[in-house]
Amino acid sequence: MEKTEFSKLSADSIEKIKALLDVFPQRRSVVLPVLHIVYEQFGYLDKEAIAEAARICDVAKVHFEEAADFYTMFPLKPVGKYLIQVCRNISCSLLGSEELVDYLKSKLGIDVGETTPDGLFTLVVVECLGSCGTAPVAQINDKYYENLTRAKVDSILSELREKA
Amino acid sequence: MSFQPFLLRPIEDDDRLDVYLKHGGYAALRKALKQFTPESLTEEVINSGLRGRGGAGFPTGRKWSFIPKNSGKPVYLCVNADESEPGTFKDRELMLKHPHLVIEGTIISAYAIKCNHAFIYIRGEFAEEARRLQKAIAEAQAHGFLGNDILGSGFNLKITIYRGGGAYICGEETSLMTSLEGGPGYPRVKPPFPAVSGLYGCPTIINNVETLSNIPAIVNNGSEWFKSIGTPRSPGSKIFCVSGHVVRPGNYELPMGITLRELLYEHAGGISNDRNLKAVIPGGSSVPILTADKIDVHMDFESLAEAGSMLGSAGVIVIDDATCIVRAAYIISRFYQHESCGQCTPCRQGTLWMDRILHRIEHGRGRPEDLDLLLDICDNIEGNTICPLGDAAVPSVRTSIKLFRDEYEYHIKHKKCLVETVARFS
Repeated sequence: MEKTEFSKLSADSIEKIKALLDVFPQRRSVVLPVLHIVYEQFGYLDKEAIAEAARICDVAKVHFEEAADFYTMFPLKPVGKYLIQVCRNISCSLLGSEELVDYLKSKLGIDVGETTPDGLFTLVVVECLGSCGTAPVAQINDKYYENLTRAKVDSILSELREKA
Repeated sequence: MSFQPFLLRPIEDDDRLDVYLKHGGYAALRKALKQFTPESLTEEVINSGLRGRGGAGFPTGRKWSFIPKNSGKPVYLCVNADESEPGTFKDRELMLKHPHLVIEGTIISAYAIKCNHAFIYIRGEFAEEARRLQKAIAEAQAHGFLGNDILGSGFNLKITIYRGGGAYICGEETSLMTSLEGGPGYPRVKPPFPAVSGLYGCPTIINNVETLSNIPAIVNNGSEWFKSIGTPRSPGSKIFCVSGHVVRPGNYELPMGITLRELLYEHAGGISNDRNLKAVIPGGSSVPILTADKIDVHMDFESLAEAGSMLGSAGVIVIDDATCIVRAAYIISRFYQHESCGQCTPCRQGTLWMDRILHRIEHGRGRPEDLDLLLDICDNIEGNTICPLGDAAVPSVRTSIKLFRDEYEYHIKHKKCLVETVARFS
């Protein structure tokens, strides 16, 4: 399937999806890699893009939808340019992750699950990120920010604002 | 002579192939292909006594030997890089700093089980780790360590990285395979065991990242050398992940069997902010809690079991005396409730009820009968589920009540913590 003017997937995404087609002994294994590609392009799982990817792969759309529902790391709706995911599990909590969340809430003026009015930041809490030795930890888009303090949060937020 | 780490080797830039090669990298692969048959290599790993580092501690070589001979089906190797057990962060460091060690271990292990297509199932959040592995794979391929006719041996191998989607359950081996096949990660009933019928219905071995990273050293130095480290039944080194209230949290690769006291006080610098130790969860959030008076225990599979806990993934979570144990248990049980796949009723409902009851105790709405109710729920989850997630949700709740019942009773009666908690975020 060639890219048409109605395509929501970028040419780059389509190319990446096509490159997956012969990688696995069974075609359905493309499901999670495709969700990653769609998430990378959109920042969330765009439904029309998934339907389009399903057609390219010749795998039933329902398999992608089922996976999108099961796996929690992909937002199902658009989020801010920067998705801030704060770990709330035991090791981070022992080192103040609740206070870190409160600090982010006050700095950004939003609650957990909300996006700043300028569309820059979305704040969520997540379970263990596997970086307990450098707690408290947050993941912003695909990058880990470790050993967080108030001063570090301040500089990260201003750096991201500048980059935006 | 003091112990020299051979997994987390103190080598700068070991993620670079030239550095890895300079320090003997891929010599083990050369040796394995030249001097061993798959059968003799499996025998060597059996003799080494290496046990799985993901949590269960099953003997690695024996696992390999369960693959049926001449099934006529392809054999698959899945490297479990889904590191998600709270308190555990060792595989992440191996993949970031020593990706070629992981890849070399994978190639040698694939040779031993006659596998031509290996998968590294890595948790979705580990984006940088996946990039490092991908780069290492490309470099290994370019140097003839991967691909067709590896180093002229006639052995072919392709390694595919598969990124997960943020589900703790996918670290469970049957769930990992279901996920890799493109489905939601629901665990499967065993038997059939993966070695007989696993990925795509074919014989499959699932090994943890740290487990496979031990293989090059075993090939290079021999099984006798490996057995000279650690304890007779838990040979080798172990990467202990120390987190929580210590001066120097981090990964420490040390011989199996060192004491928890030595790990905490000599390596991790002792308890932070001059507070006192209250409790330790020594093997990730899924294992029973130990009180401070138990830290002379040796850190190996047998000794921790005798002490009433488990080595698990060796995620050592350190808790000081300014911590409310009720809150700690609530946070851990909230996690299992969140990660239960919902397939088995005892786990789905049990973790939900535990989370709700602990939430109400923590928030001053607990009832005196709640403690026995929680223990009753523990009994009804344990052993009644397809996979170990249900069992994993039980120990923290059960032992926190058994060991710190006074804190729970105080919480229920006075609607606040018995201990004076402190601010932690600076």
